[in-house]
Amino acid sequence: MHRIVILGGGTGGTLAANRLRKVYRPDQADITVVDQDDRHLYQPGLLFIPFGVGSTQDITRPRGEQLHPGVNYVTTAIEKVELESNTVRLVDGTNLAYDVLVVATGAVLSTNETEGLTDAGWMEKVFTFYTPKGATALARALGEFTGGRIVVNIVDMPIKCPVAPLEFCFLADSYFKKRGIRDRVELTYVTPLDGAFTKPVCSEQLGGMLADRGITLVTEFNTGSVDGAKGRLIAYDEREIPFDLAVIIPVHSGAPYVFNSEGLGDELGFIPVDEHTLQSKASPNVFALGDAAALPASKAGSVAHFEGEVLVDNIQHFLDERNLDASFDGHVNCFIESGSSKALLIDFNYETEPLTGHFPGPVGLPLMKESHLNHLGKLAFQWMYWHSLLPGRDLPFVTSHMPRAGKHFVAPVKKEHSR
Amino acid sequence: MTTTTLAGINVELNDEGFLVDPSQWTDAMAAELARKEGIESLTERQWQVINFMRTQYLAKGTGPSVRVLGKTSGVSIKELYQLFPKGPAKTAAKIAGIPKPKGCI
Repeated sequence: MHRIVILGGGTGGTLAANRLRKVYRPDQADITVVDQDDRHLYQPGLLFIPFGVGSTQDITRPRGEQLHPGVNYVTTAIEKVELESNTVRLVDGTNLAYDVLVVATGAVLSTNETEGLTDAGWMEKVFTFYTPKGATALARALGEFTGGRIVVNIVDMPIKCPVAPLEFCFLADSYFKKRGIRDRVELTYVTPLDGAFTKPVCSEQLGGMLADRGITLVTEFNTGSVDGAKGRLIAYDEREIPFDLAVIIPVHSGAPYVFNSEGLGDELGFIPVDEHTLQSKASPNVFALGDAAALPASKAGSVAHFEGEVLVDNIQHFLDERNLDASFDGHVNCFIESGSSKALLIDFNYETEPLTGHFPGPVGLPLMKESHLNHLGKLAFQWMYWHSLLPGRDLPFVTSHMPRAGKHFVAPVKKEHSR
Repeated sequence: MTTTTLAGINVELNDEGFLVDPSQWTDAMAAELARKEGIESLTERQWQVINFMRTQYLAKGTGPSVRVLGKTSGVSIKELYQLFPKGPAKTAAKIAGIPKPKGCI
């Protein structure tokens, strides 16, 4: 009997557990998922809450209910992983021994790494929409906002869903237009990157979309502190940006227990894994997926989904003592809300940056182009998330490897090293 | 891409001024690269960061970000900005002859 322990009951952990339950009968493998609470949050839904669309209750469901009945579910915080003895220690004193460990505990916000962020003005004029509480508080503040300077700031990468702060800007532009006060609101997008996004072609297009909407772009700004009382962001190089309301995306780290687990994580608490097999570089019987993994791919639900298939194949190979051969290509697929009920779709992987064309083939959703169809796709996705993706079903037309058909390959595919 | 001579060696620099082949790098080259960045002579503290970046690059295949540098190099982020005002990770990487740190996606 194989003992498989999965840390984290979010997107990656849930779909991995359900997929594993399908390939192993209950007498072949014991599958246990551990999470510290029983609230599974559909994180993409957080983006809309500040604009009065949906509430946190609408996007939260019990974790246990998303798991196949044949999966054990333990609701306790994790103290640490001991790689040498293949044991997970829980804070309630329980020890779980494993033959294979899957780390899927995602990323947490480290608000304490930015001076002043949670001091004066926090949740009054300084917000984040990356937590249910923050998104809800921000909805109230935006509702009461009658004009002034709003800054949207990514403190540092990596962050979950790197397009979400841009989407926030587009939606804010649309929201204030609808309220008839757009001319009284100054929107500024402040990023540590040297452009609007991480990938060059896409960065240019998204930068253009900011300009079209009169949103100021400030690049290479490394936020050192946030002064809520005086309303200003201060960079390490001493540049300052004043604000009346700040929307901050704090730096992210791996889950706290990773820092107690010798050898498991890197400096930021993410799990170094082989970028194609998802096997831990520290221990062959440990795998990671989703936001918890230290990979040069976006921290996004679609990535966790695409990784799931590869991860489950490789766990089978590992337990059968065969070579790992399933290969993850870094596939990312994201809808980008652009306001006014439109959205863009981007699709890329380690080797190929986002291109124009159609997805998943020549007849399909338009890529890198605003369309109402893409917006409907984004909305429909929440249903697919609960009913197809988490249960571990394959999604129609969406493959774990990036489709090449339908994409306009103009230049030779070149790996981008510098971003 | 431009070809130039640094410390008597012919090297290629990319469009942003990063050394294309990190294995060509020498200590003497660092001094010349630093001057291009407006640093007349490198202090011991600056060397500590440059050597740290190089070691990290050789071990991991990519240079650390500012945040990781602040956590692991023994130099705080504030001081890193004093040492390399134009951006520590980028400037130190350039002087250390390694590619621009990837940042994340």
